[in-house]
Amino acid sequence: MLARHIVKRFAYAGLMLFGVSLILFAIMRLAPGGPEAVLVGGELSPEMAAQVRARLGLDRPLPVQYSSWVLAAARGDFGRSFKTGDPVATLVVDRLGPTLTLTGGALLLALLVAVPLGVLAAIRRNTIWDALASSLSLFGISFPSFWLGIMLILLFSEVLGLLPPSGLSEYGRESDLGARLRHAVLPVLTLGLIQMASFMRFTRSSLLEVLQQDYVRTARAKGLPDGRVIWRHAVRNALIPIVTVIGLSLPVLVGGAVLTETVFAWPGIGRLAVGAVFERDYPVIMGVNLMIATVVIVANLLTDIAYCLIDPRIAYR
Amino acid sequence: MHTFDRLWRSQRGLVGGLVVALILAVGTLAPAIAPYSYSTQSLLTRLEKPSAAHWLGTDGFGRDILTRVIWGGRVSLEIGLLATGLSVIVGTVLGGIAAYFGGAVDTAIMRVADVFMAIPALFLILVVVALFGAGLTNTAAVIGLVTWAQVARIVRGECLSLRARDFVDAARALGASHRRILGRHLLVNALPVIIVQATLLLGQTILIESGLSYLGLGAQPPLPSWGNMIVEGRQFLASAWWVATFPGVAIFVTVLGFNLFGDGLRDALDPRLRAGD
Repeated sequence: MLARHIVKRFAYAGLMLFGVSLILFAIMRLAPGGPEAVLVGGELSPEMAAQVRARLGLDRPLPVQYSSWVLAAARGDFGRSFKTGDPVATLVVDRLGPTLTLTGGALLLALLVAVPLGVLAAIRRNTIWDALASSLSLFGISFPSFWLGIMLILLFSEVLGLLPPSGLSEYGRESDLGARLRHAVLPVLTLGLIQMASFMRFTRSSLLEVLQQDYVRTARAKGLPDGRVIWRHAVRNALIPIVTVIGLSLPVLVGGAVLTETVFAWPGIGRLAVGAVFERDYPVIMGVNLMIATVVIVANLLTDIAYCLIDPRIAYR
Repeated sequence: MHTFDRLWRSQRGLVGGLVVALILAVGTLAPAIAPYSYSTQSLLTRLEKPSAAHWLGTDGFGRDILTRVIWGGRVSLEIGLLATGLSVIVGTVLGGIAAYFGGAVDTAIMRVADVFMAIPALFLILVVVALFGAGLTNTAAVIGLVTWAQVARIVRGECLSLRARDFVDAARALGASHRRILGRHLLVNALPVIIVQATLLLGQTILIESGLSYLGLGAQPPLPSWGNMIVEGRQFLASAWWVATFPGVAIFVTVLGFNLFGDGLRDALDPRLRAGD
């Protein structure tokens, strides 16, 4: 039963990826204009434009273009960048490290702050702690991340002079871990602060629900100390659903990375995507978006499966 | 207790409502209340500190920042309202249809929604706006067409629970058409949820719009938008902090206002869904 469920979910994930690629392809090709104007620059005669389009394979019928792209992609070949001629896979993989550092760090920071604060808000309900936590989470969802980043630069780089404002590291010190860490602080803080809000709201409401369960009352009734009831019985159960929330938050996190990377000149996937879009580099746009969709879909798939395994109450149909 | 009384009593909702009302008033009255022109440049008044003449200072082209924040609000609201309206209409209709007809129709609509939710909204919007061109209507349309999926999910959920209620059976027994049941019975009763969702979404679309403007894909200069004002201010961060700071405060206050108002509305319209409980 479980095995069948997992196979079904995998098939569905494949279908979703196909859908994503189809939508992206359609959007790109329905848009007016093409990459030739950006690539050549200056005056572009119709003959020259046709020549460029033919060289890039853009003169073939759309269904042919799409199916040849899908067939190549299925073999792991995502084509080459129109602009630089580099394989798209290489470009994406090169940028993956910085983006994973940024999003992973932000996720970790958000969880480390949000979970304890959410627990505190739930067990000290309707106190100043609860009010503080809910105000913080409301602020978190109302901040434009890029502006928060700029304000952090203003404070920590311009005024206090404590941290570098941009880049991955200093020139010539790329292997210096300390320099890299100092460069990562502000971007991770920016993305993490924005992400905290939803995790905290969720931890709080999940714990409040669990605290009303019979088994918590039983634990209290048999005289267990408060701390033990809360941490061993309630929090552990309240945190199961947070696995799902992490999965669901990935698209938001990656979307936030686009702006954060732009603000901090952080050489990750987000900046690659922004550049490719402006240059109409079709293969790179497809590659980046498909990679991100894959990460999101696989993460949701794993969450789903982990969930079935952790919690026997979930019926997998 | 009436909805309005409840809203009035919830402090958050009240504060949010007042902020929203103020922002809407300022945006509507921008041409009348803005102290200067938003586009007239003057090299003599470049990067002036906040003062009695220029409450929020001036930018790199000598333009009054207060004036541009006021006009930028108008632009943000226009895009936000248009985008949210579109998103809510598409999401409500598709979500309602999915819930009402169920089966293959439901599966088809919700699978498409899944695909839209798997691509980070900002990425998809970025691709579409960059390729089709930026501008008020384009940007708003794209934001709306990318955010409909979350509205559809919520409306579908609400309609599914309403569909099982007796009054829907009664309407069907009386021979009401699909359209009538869907429109007059399901969607009307789902309205509180839809209104709350629209309010919260408005805050979100304003955030998305400011992000797009920051990347150069929102309102085009010289028309001010909060996002493009922040980009311009970024280069003067060390010498003139006010240029990038005030438009950001405006975005924050506006989005916070819509979020507070939405939470307050939720408490007032639907006591089952108390915010955060």
